[in-house]
Amino acid sequence: MSLLVLTLIFPLAGAIALSLFPRMPDNTARTIGAGSVGLAALVTAIVMVFWGANGGYPYIQTLWQWIAVGDFDINFSLYLDGLSITMMGVITGVGFLIHFFAAWYMVHDLEGDPGMARFFAYMNLFIVAMLLLVLGDNLLLLYLGWEGVGLCSYLLIGYYYKTPANAWAAYKAFVVTRIGDVFLAIGLFLLYTVFGTLNIQTLLHEAPQVWNQGGVMVNVAAVLLLLGACGKSAQLPLQTWLADAMAGPTPVSALIHAATMVTAGVYLIARTHGIFELAPAIQELVGVVGGLTLLIAGLAATAQTDIKRVIAYSTMSQIGYMFLALGVGAWQAAIFHLMIHAFFKSLLFLTAGSVIIACHHEQNIFKMGGLRKTLPLDYWLMVIGGAALAALPLVTAGFYSKDAILWEAVANGHGVLWLFGLVGAFITSIYTFRMIFIVFHGEQKIHAEAGRGIPHHLPLIVLGVLSTFIGALIGQPLDGVLPSGAVEDYPWIEIIFEVISSVVVLVGLGVAAALFLGKRQLITQATEGGPGRKTWLFFNSALGFDWLYDKGFVQPFLWVARGHRHDWIEAIVNVVPGLASIGNSGLSAVQDGRVRWYAMVMFAGTAVLLAVLMFG
Amino acid sequence: MLLCWLLFIPFIGGAACWLAGRDNPEGAVPRWIAFATMALVFIPALWLWAAGDFSLTGLGGGAPHWQREISAPWIPAFGIDFHLAIDGLSVIMVLLASLLGMLAVACSWTQVRERVGAFHMNLLWTLGGVIGIFLAIDLFLYFFFWELMLIPMYFLIALWGHGEFERAAHVRAAVKFFIYTQASGLLMLASILGVVFVHYGQTGTLTFDYNALLNTQLGGAFGMVLMLGFFIAFAVKLPAVPFHGWLADAQANAPSSGAVDLSGILVKTAAYGFLRLALPLFPESSAAFAPVAMALGVISIYYGAVMAFAQTDMKRLISYASISHMGFVLIGLYAGTLLSLQGVIVQVVASAVSTAALFIIAGQLYERLGTRDMRRLGGLFGRLGALPGFALVFVVATLGMPATANFIGEFLIFFGAFGDWPWTVVIASGGMVLAVVYALYLMHRVYWGTPSDEGTIARMSAREYTVMMTLVVVTLLVGLFPQTVLSVSQTTMTEVSQWFAHGLAASTAS
Amino acid sequence: MTGLPIQYGMGLAALLFIAGLTGLVVRRNALFVLMCLEIMLNSTGLAFIVAGARWQAPDGQSMFILIIALAAAEAAIGLGLLLQLYKRFRTIDIDAASEMHG
Repeated sequence: MSLLVLTLIFPLAGAIALSLFPRMPDNTARTIGAGSVGLAALVTAIVMVFWGANGGYPYIQTLWQWIAVGDFDINFSLYLDGLSITMMGVITGVGFLIHFFAAWYMVHDLEGDPGMARFFAYMNLFIVAMLLLVLGDNLLLLYLGWEGVGLCSYLLIGYYYKTPANAWAAYKAFVVTRIGDVFLAIGLFLLYTVFGTLNIQTLLHEAPQVWNQGGVMVNVAAVLLLLGACGKSAQLPLQTWLADAMAGPTPVSALIHAATMVTAGVYLIARTHGIFELAPAIQELVGVVGGLTLLIAGLAATAQTDIKRVIAYSTMSQIGYMFLALGVGAWQAAIFHLMIHAFFKSLLFLTAGSVIIACHHEQNIFKMGGLRKTLPLDYWLMVIGGAALAALPLVTAGFYSKDAILWEAVANGHGVLWLFGLVGAFITSIYTFRMIFIVFHGEQKIHAEAGRGIPHHLPLIVLGVLSTFIGALIGQPLDGVLPSGAVEDYPWIEIIFEVISSVVVLVGLGVAAALFLGKRQLITQATEGGPGRKTWLFFNSALGFDWLYDKGFVQPFLWVARGHRHDWIEAIVNVVPGLASIGNSGLSAVQDGRVRWYAMVMFAGTAVLLAVLMFG
Repeated sequence: MLLCWLLFIPFIGGAACWLAGRDNPEGAVPRWIAFATMALVFIPALWLWAAGDFSLTGLGGGAPHWQREISAPWIPAFGIDFHLAIDGLSVIMVLLASLLGMLAVACSWTQVRERVGAFHMNLLWTLGGVIGIFLAIDLFLYFFFWELMLIPMYFLIALWGHGEFERAAHVRAAVKFFIYTQASGLLMLASILGVVFVHYGQTGTLTFDYNALLNTQLGGAFGMVLMLGFFIAFAVKLPAVPFHGWLADAQANAPSSGAVDLSGILVKTAAYGFLRLALPLFPESSAAFAPVAMALGVISIYYGAVMAFAQTDMKRLISYASISHMGFVLIGLYAGTLLSLQGVIVQVVASAVSTAALFIIAGQLYERLGTRDMRRLGGLFGRLGALPGFALVFVVATLGMPATANFIGEFLIFFGAFGDWPWTVVIASGGMVLAVVYALYLMHRVYWGTPSDEGTIARMSAREYTVMMTLVVVTLLVGLFPQTVLSVSQTTMTEVSQWFAHGLAASTAS
Repeated sequence: MTGLPIQYGMGLAALLFIAGLTGLVVRRNALFVLMCLEIMLNSTGLAFIVAGARWQAPDGQSMFILIIALAAAEAAIGLGLLLQLYKRFRTIDIDAASEMHG
């Protein structure tokens, strides 16, 4: 069990080695980068076995005392329970597959440019930070990982820094997520001030004793945590950064912006579920945020032209489902969907990456078309991933996880949220198959070369298998960590609802086929001009949030900054030396060097003095 | 004896540099002497840090607990002693000063080429004055060193200034620096005399001894006036808005090693002064004044951040960033809890290291490219070897990334202050977003973007690499193992927080 | 001693002083400036003598001796300066030397 720390040490050692010797040969860099995460995955597997064999009790490994000031006592401790072990499995398992794929991808993406070591250094560092996030036994250590993943995300989004747009996308991502982070930080201050500890288990244990159900403070604390989660997980109102984050290399999008980091918010809320249960109104709000985000993101995804942006918006939408699940108290279903989503979304991203490389860095889906023949492997994997995303009934993993969420929403009496989810499922089905039909069907518009080699095939196929119903068979040891959220069994009613959502999904598929298979006359005409065009543009810009924030925050800030080119407070303070300077020039004009003038003044002065003395 | 050693070595070394520099105007002899001098200060300080017993045992209110003390009469007629002492707080400060001193010598190795001997003399004498401040616990001696360090600093800025400005601009900046600090020093002298006379009036003994003066009752309006004298003196040096005007000019004009001093050490004397003098001598007035100080802290955070974002000169950006950092320090100081004061110590160390590192990088860039104007830079990431990597580390440290020392500082301050000042902390937290905005802006303007040309620029030399690596190690060490600092300063900060708590109780009672 | 009333002596001293001062302010020739200074010094000397005679005190005379010594020194230095002035500026116009602007 004490092997646990090795999951951190391997990637950390990799990151240090890669960053200290950035000019190492590319092959060495790839080996270290992927190998270190592979070792971490291996260790995770061993730890899982031991942990299970020991009965699955929480395990704490204290590495050192981090901060100790008076009562403020924070250890650098790792906490292993069913939730963190699930997250660890996703991070190191899916992470390793993505690293493995990246070893193929980056060779083709860099095309001989330097930077392989830098890429894997950031990626390994990300794995370390993400593991700390899920393993930290206190909120400060969680925050360390939280900021660490944000930094790595920033660095990887801006990995191709020579294109200014990429760098600014990274900037935007960091700033927006940081806003959420600050709320989380304030939440930490509040929790420490109230409880005198940041240890998560202690907090969860003491919260019901200190706080009343629905009290003001607990609501404030929950809102702060929620805002933190929204920033990291790209939920309303801090969702705008994720689509731009697609500027990073595709494995980055798969690892950070689909499988792991963006789900950190879900993890956070699940981890601190005790606080949300004390604040039912805020928990409801979590669900509403998720519901709205999943609709907004879904609508935005229907009008994208960049293959990665389609998937990015679908990610936002799926995380919306997880938030919805958290909101309705379906804690375990949320984590289940998190894991399944990690499988099929990284599959989709990696396949998209494979397609992009095959098409020589083309990302516009309307310039691809008809790739079914030249890229059969990618086609079938994309279909599997897409089907899981759309939750096609019975055969896909996504069906089981998403259905659990929708069912528990209904069963817990959240009819409106269920409706949101159902409409979302319909939209999901449309945009997913729209993408597949446009890219792989129709006439071929581009020359494509299929990817080759084990690093290319193996991760894709493994993820493909996990995205089918096989993935849904993986159990999660969450009992005892999270409330099950399960309701009394109404098998028949559940089946009715499953049928409803299946029908909705299939109708969505049909609509997508009608609109985007064949010549696409209907949709082309509808969006050519007038209101159709405007709607398309509105959806394409993700309902104009970027525009709103630009006008509401960015421009005012720039305006203020422009007003501060010169230090005006200093200018005010400079009045004092200014007065001295005026006095100086006045007096020095008198001191003109003419002795006769001095004598005159002296005499006049004496005369005045005498006069004052005599007559005064 | 060791204390005298720490204090006099820089002065003697400085004189030696000057003598060596006369015979060897271009050569390396003065540089080596200067480096060895700082090492001779650093190593004993390190030993003091490692061997000292800073545990809380035997702590029972009242007199401070010194590790070592040395005292000799100086001007007995006025009760002035040559009284040096060291405790956990001073050990950290001396250690920081001597470390940055070594790095300052190392990083001006190729940047200073004229009057090498005299340059190092001024540098070492400045450092000697700074160390004097950290060791002196006779208020007159303290003031003596406070003034002493200004003069060599003035010459460093005026004579060895570098940058894209005329000589006249250097002199102007130097004069501005001098007037600001001199005027504030005058206020401090007046306040010191006030304290001494009040103490004389209360006890009948005329003394400048810190230990004795601590027992002076300094309440009421007069106490507030005296406290303000100290406050303004230290706020100028910190600097806090609105007393910050000298900093950006002085730092933009200082030679890069001089800039290291300014940011890393001179500025830190102010935080030290708050902890050593302003809070312990005037707990009651300080507690009453806390709302104003907090407001100034918040304004400093925001104003510094916005100003930093609006700059085009790299060094000015870093200066304003350090003003923003000092806003956190001000909040921590006047929250006055053990946690926030410990945060102040870490924040001071962290800000010193990260700001110094960014200045060194700016100096190295200037050496290679001949400009610090960010509008003319961009896309340098792949062209400078390891330099941008280091820049990234310290930019990230500046914005308070966990695992760096800055994070520990900021968060301990906030954790400590939140209990009594929740809204202040909430507002000040917004500064953490602005820190990202300005710090990453530096990365974007200088390192990211389209390179203007693909040729590589001279990579880092082994000397430069070592300097930067040292700073990285310090930042991460303090970030991951902050107890290295916290346990040393624990005793002193506990005392200060207890005094402050008494003051708070007294001021709310009255 | 019942001589002239003190007002007469003092009036003369004042007249001499004003004459000297007027000359000092009006004349630009350095030689005349020096002479005017001598006149002013001597007028104050006269005032001391008169006052000493009036109160029968030796202080006035001792002050006068001091003033004579001062005047002698002043004349010597003043002439030396005048020579230097002439050497440097080729004129003894005193305004020509007004180089000190604050």
